[in-house]
Amino acid sequence: MRPFSYTRARTLTDASQTVSDDRAMAIAGGTNLLDLMKLQVETPSQLADINRVGFAEIEDTDDGGLSIGALATNTETAVHPRVRADYPVLSRAILAGATQQLRNKATNGGNLCQRTRCYYFTNIDQPCNKREPGSGCGAIDGIAKLHAILGTSDQCIATYPGDMAVALSALDAQVQIATSDGGSRTVPVRDFHCLPGDTPWRENVLEPGEIITAITLPAPVGGTQLYRKVRERSSYAFALVSVAAIVELEDGRFSRADLAFGGVAHKPWHDPRVADALIGKAPSPELFDRAADILLEDAQGFGENDFKIPLARRTLHAVLEQAVEEAS
Amino acid sequence: MAQTISVNGAPHSVPDDPRVTLLDFLRQDVGLTGTKKGCDHGQCGACTVIVNGVRINSCLTLAAMHDGDEVTTIEGLGTPDEPSALQKAFVEHDGYQCGYCTPGQICSATAMLTEIANGWPSDASETLEGAVEISGEEIRERMSGNLCRCGAYANIVAAIRDVAEQSA
Ligand SMILES: Cc1cc2nc3c(=O)[nH]c(=O)nc-3n(C[C@H](O)[C@H](O)[C@H](O)COP(=O)(O)OP(=O)(O)OC[C@H]3O[C@@H](n4cnc5c(N)ncnc54)[C@H](O)[C@@H]3O)c2cc1C
Ligand code: SF4
Ligand code: FES
Ligand code: FES
Repeated sequence: MRPFSYTRARTLTDASQTVSDDRAMAIAGGTNLLDLMKLQVETPSQLADINRVGFAEIEDTDDGGLSIGALATNTETAVHPRVRADYPVLSRAILAGATQQLRNKATNGGNLCQRTRCYYFTNIDQPCNKREPGSGCGAIDGIAKLHAILGTSDQCIATYPGDMAVALSALDAQVQIATSDGGSRTVPVRDFHCLPGDTPWRENVLEPGEIITAITLPAPVGGTQLYRKVRERSSYAFALVSVAAIVELEDGRFSRADLAFGGVAHKPWHDPRVADALIGKAPSPELFDRAADILLEDAQGFGENDFKIPLARRTLHAVLEQAVEEAS
Repeated sequence: MAQTISVNGAPHSVPDDPRVTLLDFLRQDVGLTGTKKGCDHGQCGACTVIVNGVRINSCLTLAAMHDGDEVTTIEGLGTPDEPSALQKAFVEHDGYQCGYCTPGQICSATAMLTEIANGWPSDASETLEGAVEISGEEIRERMSGNLCRCGAYANIVAAIRDVAEQSA
């Protein structure tokens, strides 16, 4: 690790002031940041430890929803009685990620901000536009098995690797952000992560000095909630493709079909046209195919990850079949 | 203002260099070499210790972040004369070959028993509610963060299962 100075922030203002300097970074669980600092992918000159500034509570909101603190751990969130009862897709998505040791340390804010697992990004000897703007993208013509099939650019084809945010996208959760001037703003999870475009180094909408304080979930939506993660082994691997689904049927027809996809893009992928195609219709393999056609209309493979296009289709089928079976 | 970390009940001062991970602090500053460094990147679990009752990878956290915390390492779980139930079970079931992953396996499994007692579900659990049913599948999923290069998995699971069933 490169040398850095370490301060423990005592208040949010403290933390926010420190990280306004663009060479400083906040550290929460440290499970992503320290990994990248050891690889010299991240080289902050200063770390502001935000673990003791608060924002670790999980509490009811006035409208019947739930606010989960940015500094609450992934484990505390997944096992919380209300998350298990009212937002099972969130518990399931968290439990499908990493390992118990990592989830015990990983925080919800850090999880949202975790960086891509692209092998070129994490190897400083390789070209990577995200790490070193203008150096080229090693993955486009290289090892791209984990990479995106939707929303890519000619600059970067990396994926957002996390699981939790895929469930949050299906739930239409909101990210609560403290701004550097002492104010606050709210950003839907669906708009929190960016597409790579011409600015692949920018992974989310956070501005310098901004700190995530909480994620708020809407009042419980019910329905059948599933998280299906396809990976290379049955545990402890990042998603090749994942689907978070909240599905409801009324009189044999879909009345709700909130779906979000992981492992396919630079952000959890939510395409409202998929729900539009399903709602009001009776489930059938043909209908699922139509939904997949819409989802994958612009999908593009880069050789090694071509398999993700049919895999996303099959995973969509499988999760809808299971949801329909459980809902009826 | 002296900052200390409690390791197996004894206070130790936090190192000056903020780059020191909890793992290096335990091995080099405190001199407890039971906790192992496998990958140093959160992938293998050899460095697993229990902090404030919860298992974590000590390689992906800074010692400076643990001022005031209580750390338990393999040395704090039992001694050769008075091994813990899991330490005994690993011996009885031959739950290792080279032994490098073993301290991490045992720290991890120790905390896992508490998680099961608390009713925390895992990815392998049928439902998110109710008591956890102890099965090979549950143990394998819950222990997936501890790799064993020697592949002693079958005996590791048998050792843990033995203790888990006794304490259930
Ligand atoms: C071996 C391994 C396997 C993994 N497998 C999976 C997996 O299968 N699925 C999955 O989803 N994840 C997986 N992870 C990633 C893991 O979930 C993340 O490392 C973790 O969630 C990051 O949280 P943290 O609190 O440790 O973040 P940190 O490492 O502390 O921070 C990460 C980033 O977030 C920023 N940050 C942290 N908190 C805030 C805040 N409140 N406001 C603003 N910025 C903030 C930091 O500045 C930093 O840039 C894996 C990690 C490892 C090491
Ligand atoms: S895909 Fe993105 S992160 Fe990976 S090498 Fe290309 S620019 Fe870098
Ligand atoms: S040394 Fe910490 S997980 Fe491998
Ligand atoms: S016993 Fe050798 S690595 Fe597990």
